[in-house]
Amino acid sequence: MESIINRINQQKFWSFHGGVHPPEQKTLTNQKPIKPLSLPEQLIIPLQQHIGRQGDLLVQVGDHVLKGQPLTKSTNPMAVPVHAPTSGTITAIKHSVIAHPSGLSELCIFLNVDHQDTWVERTPCNDVATLTNQEIVKKIADAGISGMGGAGFPTHIKVDTKPDINFLIINAAECEPYITADDLLMCEHSESIVDGIKILNKLLNPAFILIGIEDNKPKAIEALKKATAGIEKIHVCVVPTEYPAGGEKQLIQILTGKEIKSGTLPIKEGIIMQNVATCYAISEAILHDTPLIQRVVTVTGQALEKPQNVWALLGTPVHYLLSQCGFDNQGMEKTPVIMGGPMMGFSLPTDTVPVIKTTNCILAPSYKEMPSAFEGNSAEVECIRCGQCADVCPTNLLPQELQWSAKAKDYPQLNKLNLSDCIDCGACAYVCPSHIPLVQYYRIAKAEIRQQQQQELKAEKAKARFEARKQRLEKEKRARELKHKKAAEARKAAMNKATPEATEAKSAVAAALARVKAKKAANQKSPSSSAISAPVETTENQDNKKAQVAAAIARAKAKKQAKPAPEIDAKENAKVEPSNTDSKKAKIAAAVAKAKAKKSQEKAPIQGQEQNQEQTDSLSLADKKANAIAKAKAKALAKKQASSNNDSSTASDLTIASTAESEPAIDEKDAKKAAVIAKAKAKALAKKNKESNTDNKVSEKNTVNVEPRKVQNTSETSTINDTNNISDKDAKKAAIIAKAKAKALAKKKLATQSVSEEKTMHEQEKGAK
Amino acid sequence: MAFWIASSPHNHNQQSTSSLMRLVIFAAIPGIIAQWYFFGWGNLIHIGIAMITAMLCEFIVLSLREKRITEQLFDGSALLTAMLIGICLPAFAPWWITVIGTIFAIAIAKHLYGGLGHNPFNPAMTGYVMLLISFPLQMTTWQPPISLMEIELSFSNTLTTIFTGFTIDGYSVEQLRTSIDGVTMATPLDTLKTSITMGLTVSETTQSSVFGEHFAVGWEWVNLAFLLGGIFLISKKAIAWQTPVSFLLSLFLCSLIGYTIVPDSSASTMFHWFSGATMLGAFFILTDPVTGATSAKGRLIVGLLAGLLVYLIRVFGGYPDGVAFAVLLCNMSAPLIDQYTRPRTYGHSKDLS
Ligand code: SF4
Ligand code: SF4
Repeated sequence: MESIINRINQQKFWSFHGGVHPPEQKTLTNQKPIKPLSLPEQLIIPLQQHIGRQGDLLVQVGDHVLKGQPLTKSTNPMAVPVHAPTSGTITAIKHSVIAHPSGLSELCIFLNVDHQDTWVERTPCNDVATLTNQEIVKKIADAGISGMGGAGFPTHIKVDTKPDINFLIINAAECEPYITADDLLMCEHSESIVDGIKILNKLLNPAFILIGIEDNKPKAIEALKKATAGIEKIHVCVVPTEYPAGGEKQLIQILTGKEIKSGTLPIKEGIIMQNVATCYAISEAILHDTPLIQRVVTVTGQALEKPQNVWALLGTPVHYLLSQCGFDNQGMEKTPVIMGGPMMGFSLPTDTVPVIKTTNCILAPSYKEMPSAFEGNSAEVECIRCGQCADVCPTNLLPQELQWSAKAKDYPQLNKLNLSDCIDCGACAYVCPSHIPLVQYYRIAKAEIRQQQQQELKAEKAKARFEARKQRLEKEKRARELKHKKAAEARKAAMNKATPEATEAKSAVAAALARVKAKKAANQKSPSSSAISAPVETTENQDNKKAQVAAAIARAKAKKQAKPAPEIDAKENAKVEPSNTDSKKAKIAAAVAKAKAKKSQEKAPIQGQEQNQEQTDSLSLADKKANAIAKAKAKALAKKQASSNNDSSTASDLTIASTAESEPAIDEKDAKKAAVIAKAKAKALAKKNKESNTDNKVSEKNTVNVEPRKVQNTSETSTINDTNNISDKDAKKAAIIAKAKAKALAKKKLATQSVSEEKTMHEQEKGAK
Repeated sequence: MAFWIASSPHNHNQQSTSSLMRLVIFAAIPGIIAQWYFFGWGNLIHIGIAMITAMLCEFIVLSLREKRITEQLFDGSALLTAMLIGICLPAFAPWWITVIGTIFAIAIAKHLYGGLGHNPFNPAMTGYVMLLISFPLQMTTWQPPISLMEIELSFSNTLTTIFTGFTIDGYSVEQLRTSIDGVTMATPLDTLKTSITMGLTVSETTQSSVFGEHFAVGWEWVNLAFLLGGIFLISKKAIAWQTPVSFLLSLFLCSLIGYTIVPDSSASTMFHWFSGATMLGAFFILTDPVTGATSAKGRLIVGLLAGLLVYLIRVFGGYPDGVAFAVLLCNMSAPLIDQYTRPRTYGHSKDLS
């Protein structure tokens, strides 16, 4: 860095490749002072005058605005506001042709000037030291300052960067022919410019400040040297005149010998460049609270009677400037009017185009002066590969090869030839003996490449969208399947225990079963072994059987006793009263039977009840737990969803799933509970799926496996419950029957015949059944 | 108000391809004058025939190709080609040689390849080489310098010789080429070649009258005139300096090496520079932008290559002068050389992080 400064002190500089020396033609305007213009009738103020975004409108049609009043406000860092250049009334806000190479239309504010020129209230600042850097940056942003030399990059962003700045370069080269706006600004307002540089110095604190100026501006050099005399940090670097020395990268190379890597910004090398006019605007904004509402414009060309630099309000239509400088189109049908210089400016489609922040020149050449500006591309012949274009290209490209590839639309080759590094300086086309409009070919190719890239980007996005859709559909499908499975299970569960019909069916089946068994038992009334041979299958039936067996035993005993009784009666009727003992015996047996029956009767219900209670207890406990778990899960899920609520598809999946879950409207508590559990599970599953899409199958299986188990459990227990109830009833019935039988037996033993007795027993049994 | 819409840059240095071509043609005038002075009217007549043929041919081909005739017909490229062919041909070559050569150069070597800017080979040299291969007899009817000729050669005599093969007085080309001492004369390069193959040393050979006091009677001055024209072109930036400089340097070095190794059978460096078509080739043929390399480095390489080839052909080849062949060979390699000599674009340095 020191060596760079040493070289600079010796006024020795580097050079860049190529470059041309087009006729400067600066004498047309550089001897005359900057002329203040009278106010035009109407100003057209485009909302966007720079790279980046446009601000939000603050005014409406019909509003009266004062000079310096902001018309838009910036909500985006890349947006800078525009201000009313003078006081007046807004008559329209509509699209209008703006200063753009392609004749683009943009939203513009039409301001009818009231010629009062009343300012808004301003608060000038006398001492910059009282302001913090933040305040200064904010003021720069609020004043709507964007780069006034090139593309118009918002200045506050450029000055807000905070890494170590080695060089702040002030670009005063003004290498384009004809233009003298910066030249005159430096001559007339060097103090203000230096004030602006000081403010930048405060903001950026660079190691060195270099002012790069071409040697064709002796007066401006003089003025700058005088204004910066006491400041050691600032070096005025007078560089040889050569186009395009004022290009950002070229000037950096001339002053520091550094190359800026393709695709990066100078800030990476610790270099920041600002235009002189921007410095002036900064000092105006900070010290005088004057927003950027006017600028110096060189109105020049030999088609004008009085070419001159003027202070033009932003928004002044070009025809007003031309008429103020005596435009004469020499009877030509079509004349070119160029905004910007002859090398990089663009011809205007209409003269209503307004001056904007980056407009430094309006050029109206005569035919004699610039025939090629009138001829367009008509003079183009074949490229003869002379290589002159490559010799002058400041970026060291091969314009002729670029041209061939551009014509052939060979974009990969264009990329290989580094078309994107072309700075559109026009040096190549300026020298091309075949008059090939090289820059135009490059512009078209660049635009097409950009379009292609955008399309590729779009295609990529579409692909991503498609993939996402596919995934979503898959997920939905999975959810649907799951839902179906669950619905099926819920149905099964409902079948097993839930609906009243189901219970009825169940009980009917059980009753039928019991009946069949009872019949069997009754039929197998072989007197001795019936009780033993009665098949013992289930615990439920055992009580029943016991009762039956007991009854049978009782019956059999009763029979036995009843049978010998008549014989004894007949034999020893007179001697002893055997009937007494018999009846006693029978009574005792009946009592025993009764007691047994009672016992079994009591036992059975107790057992059933106990079982019942146990099971209901455990059931309700389990249910409660499950419920609680489900609730907790649902809560956690909701929380999770709230925290990461971005995947709408999953959300919708969940809702679908949950509605699906609730679809089988089940009256039964258990079914509901099961459904709740299933729902919670499904939610957890969906959540899991979404969060970690890793092992879907496993988790799915798990939940699916778990759920049926639960459901089955509940249904099983309920079935047991039911059958218990049934057996309980059966046992009761059997006990009652047995009791009745025993009673009847006891009664009839005394009075009736044993045969008839049996008959009635039969009948009674039948009736009981 | 209607405005003219054009793309930037709106200015131009007002140079054009045709003015460039014209400049090259003008720069050749001193050489042509020297040629006329030392060798008479022959080449001037050939140049005239070639130019007329070229214009007619160009007109026909352009109209067949439906091109913008007015601009391209007068872009000077055809005239330049014709002029070069006229300069190169032997003075006594029959007229049809010129016509065939020019038609071949314009119609085939240039337009069949896509016209100006697309032809890979220098049209003039392609035509010349075609003639050399197809009509070796006619193409070697070299004329001795007027000062060495027995028969006085007027314009009309030359004209009739070219069109009929005989002078007005009935002398044949052979008789015209016979020197005062009765020997049929060839160019110095030719003479050197034949005598060296016959076992004579260079110093013995240069006793021959065609070599004169310096290197070669007449030729040396013609070459000097072309050199002057070439320097003028370089100063006007109409041609790139790299090709001629590296070509001459390369030829100089080659002949120097040859001379130091075998001085007996090697001609001097200056003989190589100032005889034959060396200077014409260096400044007017090799510098043809269409068929040359485009980058500075590439041009240097092409020049070096051409110098080497010319020397090799002159010394070891079957033809006395090798410029035409060397140029064609260089034309062939130019695209490849271009491919490998692309300049490094700004901001694409390897050591930039
Ligand atoms: S316009 Fe592009 S290609 Fe042409 S000289 Fe400028 S940078 Fe090089
Ligand atoms: S300057 Fe024009 S004619 Fe020459 S090589 Fe470049 S594009 Fe071709």
